[in-house]
Amino acid sequence: MIILADIISATIIFAIPLLLVALGGMYSERSGTINIALEGIMIIGALFSSLFLNYAEKSGWGASHAQLAMLLAILVGGVTGLIYSLLLALASVSLKADQTIGGTALNLFAPAFAIVLSWAVQGQGQTTIYIPTWIKITQANFGLTISENPGFWEAMIFKNLYLTTPVAIVILALTIFLIYQTRFGLRLRACGEHPQAADSVGINVYKLRYIGVAISGFLAGIGGLAFTIAAGSGFQSTVAGYGFFALAVMIFGNWNPIRIFGAALFFALFKVIGSYSGSIPFLPSFSGIKYSQYLYQMLPYIVTMIILVFTSKKSRAPKAEGIPYDKGSR
Amino acid sequence: MSDFIIEMLQITKEFPGIKANDNITLQLKKGEVHALLGENGAGKSTLMSILFGLYQAEHGEIHKNGQKVLINNPNDANALNIGMVHQHFKLVEVFSVLENIILGVEPTKYSVLKRNEARQKIVQLSQQYKLSVEPDALIEDISVGMQQRVEILKMLYRDNEILIFDEPTAVLTPQEIKELMAIIRGLKAEGKSILFITHKLNEIMEVADRCTVLRKGQCIGTVDIDQTSVEELSRMMVGRPVQLIVDKADLIPGEIVLAVEHLTVASKLHKNNAVKDVSFNVRAGEIVCLAGIEGNGQSELIYALTGIEKPVSGRLTLKGHDLTKSSIRDRSKAGISHIPEDRHKFGLVLDYSLAENLVLQRYWEPRFHQNGLINREAVNQYADNLISKYDIRSGQGAQTIVRSMSGGNQQKAIVAREIDKNPELLIAIQPTRGLDIGAIEYIHTQLVAQRDSGKGVLLVSLELDEVMNVSDRILVIYEGNIVGEFDPKETTVEQLGLYMAGARRNDVKGGQV
Repeated sequence: MIILADIISATIIFAIPLLLVALGGMYSERSGTINIALEGIMIIGALFSSLFLNYAEKSGWGASHAQLAMLLAILVGGVTGLIYSLLLALASVSLKADQTIGGTALNLFAPAFAIVLSWAVQGQGQTTIYIPTWIKITQANFGLTISENPGFWEAMIFKNLYLTTPVAIVILALTIFLIYQTRFGLRLRACGEHPQAADSVGINVYKLRYIGVAISGFLAGIGGLAFTIAAGSGFQSTVAGYGFFALAVMIFGNWNPIRIFGAALFFALFKVIGSYSGSIPFLPSFSGIKYSQYLYQMLPYIVTMIILVFTSKKSRAPKAEGIPYDKGSR
Repeated sequence: MSDFIIEMLQITKEFPGIKANDNITLQLKKGEVHALLGENGAGKSTLMSILFGLYQAEHGEIHKNGQKVLINNPNDANALNIGMVHQHFKLVEVFSVLENIILGVEPTKYSVLKRNEARQKIVQLSQQYKLSVEPDALIEDISVGMQQRVEILKMLYRDNEILIFDEPTAVLTPQEIKELMAIIRGLKAEGKSILFITHKLNEIMEVADRCTVLRKGQCIGTVDIDQTSVEELSRMMVGRPVQLIVDKADLIPGEIVLAVEHLTVASKLHKNNAVKDVSFNVRAGEIVCLAGIEGNGQSELIYALTGIEKPVSGRLTLKGHDLTKSSIRDRSKAGISHIPEDRHKFGLVLDYSLAENLVLQRYWEPRFHQNGLINREAVNQYADNLISKYDIRSGQGAQTIVRSMSGGNQQKAIVAREIDKNPELLIAIQPTRGLDIGAIEYIHTQLVAQRDSGKGVLLVSLELDEVMNVSDRILVIYEGNIVGEFDPKETTVEQLGLYMAGARRNDVKGGQV
């Protein structure tokens, strides 16, 4: 049972970055801009929030104000991600550049920049930025005692609990509300479906696309931090393809926040099965094969490919995504 | 206080290579239906786009109730109670009717949409103007006619007083046109002032009070409808007397060009077959017209003939050669030309140049090649030749991007390409849809010229006037069956209507007289 609790808890912690980043991608694509730069934005967000946490640790106040520092780190990740994403908005909305190429450029730039900055701050060759352990939310935060042998619920909740998890849940709820119930959501979706129609009723398509991309940058930046926490070994100038993974989650989730949540949990589960395969008794171990430990680790990626093959045809992308809006064209 | 609710005075607007509006004055009285008549490319849409704030004029002023106003964007127009139904509807397909109507002027509380309040207002307006629109239906699920009513409701919801209709009937079926005319009369009765862009003369005679005629960017004049005639209007519009009745020699039918035997085609929309065991012939030197209400299998039948889709069963031969399983290119080489129903989807690559579109079916011929590369010079030469021969007008000649051309000239480009192949069989699907009278005359002349030179022509049309006017033989299609065969000289529009609506049938097997 404790293994099950571990798996659920690990699934959640890995689902959170996917959820945040896929929701971010959804905001951008709903506004009509393909955001393939999610990977790069995650790296930038993770880089600065990790540096911030590291700084808080070194200056000593972090450990005593752990959750405040964590909240600030989330904001740092979000804001730096947002600023970085504005480059994409500038290229693809204002300058009407090809969105895929603009995004790819940002993806190429981000890891290189992260290594340079990591080395500049920590010294030559010091690529890993360590994340302090005090950011974890424990039973102590709620005035409970930490038991030696935690029960099912306790293990599930407190094994991997960080501030990013409740923040992501709040963002999910807010997104469902924003997209479907508010004026902003209606207009954002209109820009992604039929920008000419939006323009003809006086909506500023450029402004909404900027906002869409900016929100995606904010969420992807937070997602970068959430990934780094989930990965556990500090920030190493990479998010291991999670930005692209999140794109798959978004497509599988059909650009719908609730379905994206489901898709994120689904993909995270396969990721976790991959890592926990050794300790799950009923899974075959393929011990005859060399490097059999890597077989299960391929699982999430293979599942992604298979699922996209079957769902991408039925999925319904915002109609105008990827096309720079030009007032003059008929 | 001025007599006129809107005056556009001495408006001039230039686009690269074209003076779209040249010193045009248009005055709209309060409560009138004012038609704006002109051929494609005459500048009607440009003028209305200026009034709606989509373009800005280089010269000229707009006055509302005698006061000069500036309209820099659609928001300004909306603030002046000017609304517009665009030719291509500006509706978000995956949104509901309600969401499309409120988009841009959403009633909200703390920025949360107040859907119920909006729904009440929409239902009330819908009843007042007899539009019978369902507010919660999705746009993609409702008919084109209904979508247009949503556009009308969009204007009414914004309390617009001046309503611009840009070619509102181009996309409608005859029944829907009738209903639209009633709606427009209703709007007028409620005191709305209406600008109605069209090139269909009978609509103007039916519904308009006054009419301003444009030609090649210039204003020809404004006339009262009760003091004019169809002939005068068409002369003003085209600049010369127009042949409204197609003049053609008696039929001398030749050998069978196209033979269709027991053709069955599946439908993409439902599980039943769209075309059910249909057989007919087209002979050399005749125009066979396939008449029917939209959605009775015409499109699928044509897809099967042209190779866009594979038939379930049946056979088709062109001059005795079996083409049932041939590719589109093989059919094209064998002598089938196709003027498609949707010129944007099947007819043209909109972002290619005119020259590239004109060689779309023959770029692989040796004359357009040099060492495996396309010979631009030969292509341009060929294009220039077609452009002058078929009088295709465009801003930058052969290099014009087709998207920027007017609908009539896009259609001319397709006609030029298809006819210049010198086909055995010309299949034309609604070739005059959305075109002005000059272009319609031109297309009809071309069809008859094909027939007179001994080719077979298969014409699919929804417009009964066209069916009666052009064809030598009429086949009526209803629910995938050919339910009647007629000689246009011996039948009436009313009789055809009965067969098209399925009220009568007279199954034709074999299809030959």
